[in-house]
Amino acid sequence: MQTYDLEANGLRGLNSTLQEQNGGTNKTAWEIVNPKGSHAIAVGLDSPIDVTVKGSTGYYCAGMNQQATVRVEGSVGPGVAENMMSGQVIVEGDASQYAGATGHGGLLVIKGNASSRCGISMKGIDIVVHGNIGHMCAFMAQAGNLVVCGDAGDALGDSCYEARLFVRGSVKSLGADCIEKEMRPEHIEILKDLLERAGSDAKPEEFKRYGSARQLYNFDVDNAQAY
Amino acid sequence: MDNKNIPRTEPIQSATFTNPINAEIRRAAATGIYDIRGGGAKRRVPHFDDLLFLGASVSRYPLEGYREKCETKVTLGTRFAKKPIELDIPVTIAGMSFGALSGPAKEALGRGASAAGTSTTTGDGGMTPEERGHSSKLVYQYLPSRYGMNPDDLRKADAIEVVVGQGAKPGGGGMLLGQKISDRVAEMRCLPKGIDQRSACRHPDWTGPDDLEIKILELREITDWQVPIYVKVGGTRPYYDTALAVKAGADVVVLDGMQGGTAATQDVFIEHVGLPTLACIRPAVQALQDLGVHREVQLIVSGGIRTGADVAKAMALGADAVAIGTAALIALGDNDPKWESEYQKLGTTTGAYDDWHEGMDPAGITTQDAELMKRVDPVDAGRRLRNYLKVMTLEAQTIARACGHNHLHNLEPEDLCALTMEAAAMARVPLAGTDWYPGKAGF
Repeated sequence: MQTYDLEANGLRGLNSTLQEQNGGTNKTAWEIVNPKGSHAIAVGLDSPIDVTVKGSTGYYCAGMNQQATVRVEGSVGPGVAENMMSGQVIVEGDASQYAGATGHGGLLVIKGNASSRCGISMKGIDIVVHGNIGHMCAFMAQAGNLVVCGDAGDALGDSCYEARLFVRGSVKSLGADCIEKEMRPEHIEILKDLLERAGSDAKPEEFKRYGSARQLYNFDVDNAQAY
Repeated sequence: MDNKNIPRTEPIQSATFTNPINAEIRRAAATGIYDIRGGGAKRRVPHFDDLLFLGASVSRYPLEGYREKCETKVTLGTRFAKKPIELDIPVTIAGMSFGALSGPAKEALGRGASAAGTSTTTGDGGMTPEERGHSSKLVYQYLPSRYGMNPDDLRKADAIEVVVGQGAKPGGGGMLLGQKISDRVAEMRCLPKGIDQRSACRHPDWTGPDDLEIKILELREITDWQVPIYVKVGGTRPYYDTALAVKAGADVVVLDGMQGGTAATQDVFIEHVGLPTLACIRPAVQALQDLGVHREVQLIVSGGIRTGADVAKAMALGADAVAIGTAALIALGDNDPKWESEYQKLGTTTGAYDDWHEGMDPAGITTQDAELMKRVDPVDAGRRLRNYLKVMTLEAQTIARACGHNHLHNLEPEDLCALTMEAAAMARVPLAGTDWYPGKAGF
């Protein structure tokens, strides 16, 4: 285990050190101490290393992650794992706005609650939130899966495209063009796999599935009032 | 009295309800939808044509046109980036997406820009290998939609341009209509083929200048502080937008006036939102000067740049470089008279064709149609663009020498006068034949 004191050694040194690791490194496990809410911790990683952040972080923790597993033993600020391509990001606490925004791949797990706009413009990422999510989550979500073990706030899935949204609890309201959809066996399988990988004991059968009604895919003036 | 002998008044067309306005009313009544088109503002606004250079005289002496050097090089991104961009000429190619433009057109832009020693820019939709391969200097746009955004391409870029807005539609998003979504475009954007693809009007993971500062920090950390980070804004509040971009950590500010083009936006947006390019430059330069970073943070101006005179005027007002979009497309072959019969079939004419979003461009530039795009030979079109860029540069040098300057950057507002009160006020240069402009203190 390599330990990096962020307060003592600075952000640039941290990210450049982690970014230099490649598939052949023996330094596969890293521990970051004294994060103290700093922004852009462990961003742009591109190797199969394990990074544990001992505390809470600011904006964009694990941004654009590829291959790495980043675990935050605390809560995260806005934009955790934004535009993630692959790998895993696990947040033991809560997440602020835009968690997993525009992510293309990989798995983001939030063991607490996530704030508004979780999964905004997601493009293939899988997100599992053990708690609740705020308003406008999965706005314009294009692809991937958003799993919410708790409740969802207002305007879930507004203007979403092909992303799948699974919610176990209540949904305060659905956004434009988002509807409840049939939960078919293949969805149960997807959900079962995601819940297992995210360490949740929730049962897939307890969830409802939501997604695009595909009525706004091509502009129609008669739908103008939907916007 | 015989009615036939009563003198008739002459039919008078309304200056308010003009034929184009009436046609638009009828079109709106028939369809129930606003008009969407490409390009920038077509209305007459105060522009560089309303400025003149004074040239050398007794008080200043010129440089010899064919003997004395007039430098054109520009370096962008000297504030924080480890590798600033070095360009041979101060005319760059503005961001235009693969999707909005055909693959051959994007390749031609790369070829032409590289041959002229300048940069080209991606657009909404990501970076293609062809574009990267043919562009010696490529600026990667970081847009609200994040279509095609990935860290691998980010690290391949020579600069990153965080797009906050553009002059044709400041405050607006975009739409790439389904007919232009080919398999490849759909795959790059992670969306189904054939659907209208919306581009958001604001970024998904930051709002406001304080967030932008952190976003720029993240981008720098991901790219090892190697490449410059530009911030592009549409011309609306140029003083404050420039100041906030600088405070957020931008290396370069790109300022796009309302004549700047778009692939597809509502006509009402293009014509009625934003400032003329001419009105944007001095407030932006003032902001840079007030913050003590003029020339340290470079200013790129775009929106209606057509000639070397426009380049020289923008630089005299304080810009470090300019960007061209529409003019570059025309150099490639857009709106060429040789396609007039086909423009006629589309209900338009050469010079007026702007339905770029429909994907039926006879010139093969703003289309994804496999047959139409064959009309663009990337090598020939790239050569034309190179020639045009060279001509613009020569023209700007000609003017700079006449004003006694050995570098385009030495052009200054004192080299200019204005032909109209409006231009004088916007450019803050004297009305021709006077030493006064509206708003000047002491009058």
